[in-house]
Amino acid sequence: MVPDIVEELEVGPDGKSLDLEFQRPIVSERDEHALEQALLLKERCGGSVTTMALESADVDDVLFTALAKGSDRAVKVAGVETPPTTAEAAALLAPVLRGLLDQKQVDLIVTGCSAIDDLDGLLGPFLAERLGLPYLGIVTGVVVGADSGRATVLKEYAGGVHAEYGIALPAVLGVQAAEKPPRYVPVAKVRAVMKSGKIETVSAAAPDQASLLQVVRMTKPEAAGHAEMIEGSPEEIASKVTDILSARGLL
Amino acid sequence: MAGNVWVLAEQWRGQLSDVTFELLVLGRELATTVGGPLQAVLLGHQVTDLAGKLGAADAVLHVDHPSLAEPSPEAYCRVLAALIEERKPRVLLVPLTNVSSDVLGLLAARLRIPLVNFCRDVRSADGGLEARCLLYGGKMETAVAVAGSPAVLGILPGSRAGAGARVDGKPTVEAVTVPLPAESPVQFGKYIEPPAGDVDVTKQDMLVSVGRGIQTQDNIELAQELAVALGGVVSASRPVIDQGWLPLTRQIGKSGATVKPKLYVAAGISGAPEHVEGMKDSELIIAINTDPQAPIFTVAHYGIVGELVEVLPALTEAVKAKKG
Repeated sequence: MVPDIVEELEVGPDGKSLDLEFQRPIVSERDEHALEQALLLKERCGGSVTTMALESADVDDVLFTALAKGSDRAVKVAGVETPPTTAEAAALLAPVLRGLLDQKQVDLIVTGCSAIDDLDGLLGPFLAERLGLPYLGIVTGVVVGADSGRATVLKEYAGGVHAEYGIALPAVLGVQAAEKPPRYVPVAKVRAVMKSGKIETVSAAAPDQASLLQVVRMTKPEAAGHAEMIEGSPEEIASKVTDILSARGLL
Repeated sequence: MAGNVWVLAEQWRGQLSDVTFELLVLGRELATTVGGPLQAVLLGHQVTDLAGKLGAADAVLHVDHPSLAEPSPEAYCRVLAALIEERKPRVLLVPLTNVSSDVLGLLAARLRIPLVNFCRDVRSADGGLEARCLLYGGKMETAVAVAGSPAVLGILPGSRAGAGARVDGKPTVEAVTVPLPAESPVQFGKYIEPPAGDVDVTKQDMLVSVGRGIQTQDNIELAQELAVALGGVVSASRPVIDQGWLPLTRQIGKSGATVKPKLYVAAGISGAPEHVEGMKDSELIIAINTDPQAPIFTVAHYGIVGELVEVLPALTEAVKAKKG
């Protein structure tokens, strides 16, 4: 869960973190894509999808929404007392995933490739290292063929170039964008799932690693420069802009 | 706090990335303050000639191996982990790009060393390092003290101008051998080039680029009309592409194209670092956003706070009228 950056962000009273009092957290955009990619794989290849999240405000809504979208199980890792850093989140999630891996219930772990608050780590590679699994990030497509021991993964580079990689399963993937936009699910369907669906709860083990970073302060960024602002009615603004463009020989 | 400052010299498809030179500038600043040498780490296969372009570094550590011919997070991690454990640099600066970012997390987790993400600056402070990082899509800056050494820092492209580091020369090149297994669980297959047929946004003089603030696919038509009036085309930031509203060929930024048009209209684009990286060198940037604090206004030459559905049509009409 991350702050909605469409909203105005303010520094909290400690001067080191966001003021969350008026913030309603949302699911990290890349995690939405990770779930969508998992659901697309399930539709193509069978299997099941388990959505896992650390306990936080509004996370039940998120997990019920995942069930409404087609996830088979929803697991909440409870007992998280303060919002963890990314490194701490990996330490909390890894033991739960280890248990599922040991029961051979997992072929693929998909996460968002990054989140806007990933200060001290990246969840995918941190999980992969803890679980001893291969990792590939900036993923935009996954194909699991007849050889279920491997997947073919598309990774995105600059300029619209992609590369195809083969990866041994089980593996961890950091998804940049799913093959299709994340699906919409009507609120009525989510409400129905809230009545019939179930969130499984497991307790978090104490993380074995604290963040190796110490936040000194948080501020709004100092800008090297700032735009000259053009004000007025839309028509007045448009007139000023065309004057600027004409003066530069652009019209 | 002396120690070597290392820069991962990013090469992709046989070329050094622009960001490599930006990191060398930042690395030199840091090396000067911590009192250590600046070393570039060049990984690849049959790219030894690139070392000659890294004259801004005092020395180049070069590992040549067929497994490093294409970006391979696991192979890169193995090599860098071995080098770091053996030589104990103070810090490794890694470009936050699609080529290099995978190795950041793997390396930090494998060696249990500090990782600092989204850095745009780092300096020595109180005997340690203090990094400044852009979080929340560039809306907040966090200063962090980095405990422990070595540390690995992911550096945002555009954090420095790289021109000062484009120095040909003859840095000391040390060829290092690191054993790598013949088989890797992650194996490169092939590149897939972008589909041909669409316009090439890098060759356009006028771009009207739309972001999340365009709100609906239908509203893209408003940007399209302005682009046509200007004689340009519509491009977009990541959220619009992810929605499938425009093809990938129109994407500007980290995963898309880097453009330098004569005019770049940023319509409803907040200005996250990943987007700014692809358009900051445009000759004239005009940004339109409802949020007066949007980071895009720090890189734009002119800014307009307003609703796209009002401003875009007014601009289109004014451009048409001016052109007659």
